[in-house]
Amino acid sequence: MAAHGKYEAIVIGASAGGLSALTTILGALPASFSLPVIIVQHRYRDQMNLLEEILQNKCKIQIRQVEEKEKVEAGIVYIAPPDYHLLIESDNTFSLSSDPQVSFSRPSIDVLFESAAATYRKSLIGIVLTGANKDGAAGLLAIKKAGGLTIAQSPEEAEYPYMPQAAIDKGAATLVLTLKEIQTRILNC
Amino acid sequence: MDTENIAFKELLDSIRLVYGYDFTDYAEASVKRRVNNFMANHKIEAIDQLAKMILKDEKVFEEFIQELSVTVTEMFRDPPFYKSLRETVLKRLATYPFIKIWVAGCATGEEVYSIAILFKEEGLLNRTLIYATDINQKSLQTAKEGMYPLENMKQHTANYQKAGGNQPFSEYYTAKYNTVMFDKSLKQNIVFAPHNLAVDKSFNEFQLIICRNVLIYFNQKLQNHVINLFYESLCPFGFFGMGNKESLLFSDKQQFFEDVDRKQKIFMKTK
Repeated sequence: MAAHGKYEAIVIGASAGGLSALTTILGALPASFSLPVIIVQHRYRDQMNLLEEILQNKCKIQIRQVEEKEKVEAGIVYIAPPDYHLLIESDNTFSLSSDPQVSFSRPSIDVLFESAAATYRKSLIGIVLTGANKDGAAGLLAIKKAGGLTIAQSPEEAEYPYMPQAAIDKGAATLVLTLKEIQTRILNC
Repeated sequence: MDTENIAFKELLDSIRLVYGYDFTDYAEASVKRRVNNFMANHKIEAIDQLAKMILKDEKVFEEFIQELSVTVTEMFRDPPFYKSLRETVLKRLATYPFIKIWVAGCATGEEVYSIAILFKEEGLLNRTLIYATDINQKSLQTAKEGMYPLENMKQHTANYQKAGGNQPFSEYYTAKYNTVMFDKSLKQNIVFAPHNLAVDKSFNEFQLIICRNVLIYFNQKLQNHVINLFYESLCPFGFFGMGNKESLLFSDKQQFFEDVDRKQKIFMKTK
């Protein structure tokens, strides 16, 4: 891994209201950002590439839907494909699964976060954004327990506060930040 | 490697040696997730405790293996795949006097019945034999029975229509209480049998092999092994369909397949 800092990867989970929150965070990243950013955004299964196209229009950094078995590289934003869980293997590659929904979701934020925590341990930043679902809370806690940095979007700011609040209530969030603060925090990685 | 990873690898090794089920070339993160779920559901604290239990008691192992190898699907999952299959492949298969199909990793059978329905609607089912296989005996049993929860039928019917189906879908099953049972006429030409892609060999020659969302659970080495198995099991100009996020990228037979529908992951063996 090319990362020179303390962290090797950032994982982000978003649900309802996620598109605008993600645009704010990702829009600030330079094309040469030093970490990989891996995202689960709850999405309709029929919208094959729409999310990636919308985000790419508004971002300088490369946005890509994950291909099975591809290697995790810095400077790329990876999005979980619709209708598959996304996991990170210990050899730093992606794998997909068709396992049943977790928290009524596939892809599920918990599934990504828990596998990423096992791979990156303390070198991981996990972020839970807006949503009307409790997906992500257990995963964020797994990242925290593995020694990673965990952030929940401030529920006062979130379009749908339920999801970040669920993570906070579970004791999973080290920091509770606004989108602007999250932006600054990850740009300084 | 930390102690938990060592214990995990030892668990898979001893399952292979004692019971002959080989999960060592499965994509690890999913297997780990399932092992952890099994441990949580059975209140087992550590992997070596689990290992002791399943090596000592075959019943526990049976339960474990069913949970570890179960996959879920639905009828006409990814409707555009089935639409393409109907429009591009069935026409060409119609030229054969007798059609043999292998649905590998058929899980609980929903996609097998979907294929039977396609072939029935194109007037081909009576000269088609479908071999539907899976590693998981419990799933196979469900597939054989062809009984599914009524509550799933709304989704299944929508998928069928999106896949180009224009018959009343309810004619293919009878509903009783909360369950539907698929018609006997669909089952007549299906053979359900256990088959383990990681260790079992080819058993026939086929004009069409469908294996969707199974290879994603394997590492590159096992993916290559299984695609070789399919290659050997296809007749010349036979067709092969995979899941929409799967690819032939890690297969050394890649150059012997040509795209029939690149987006829907339907290929033809050319050599």
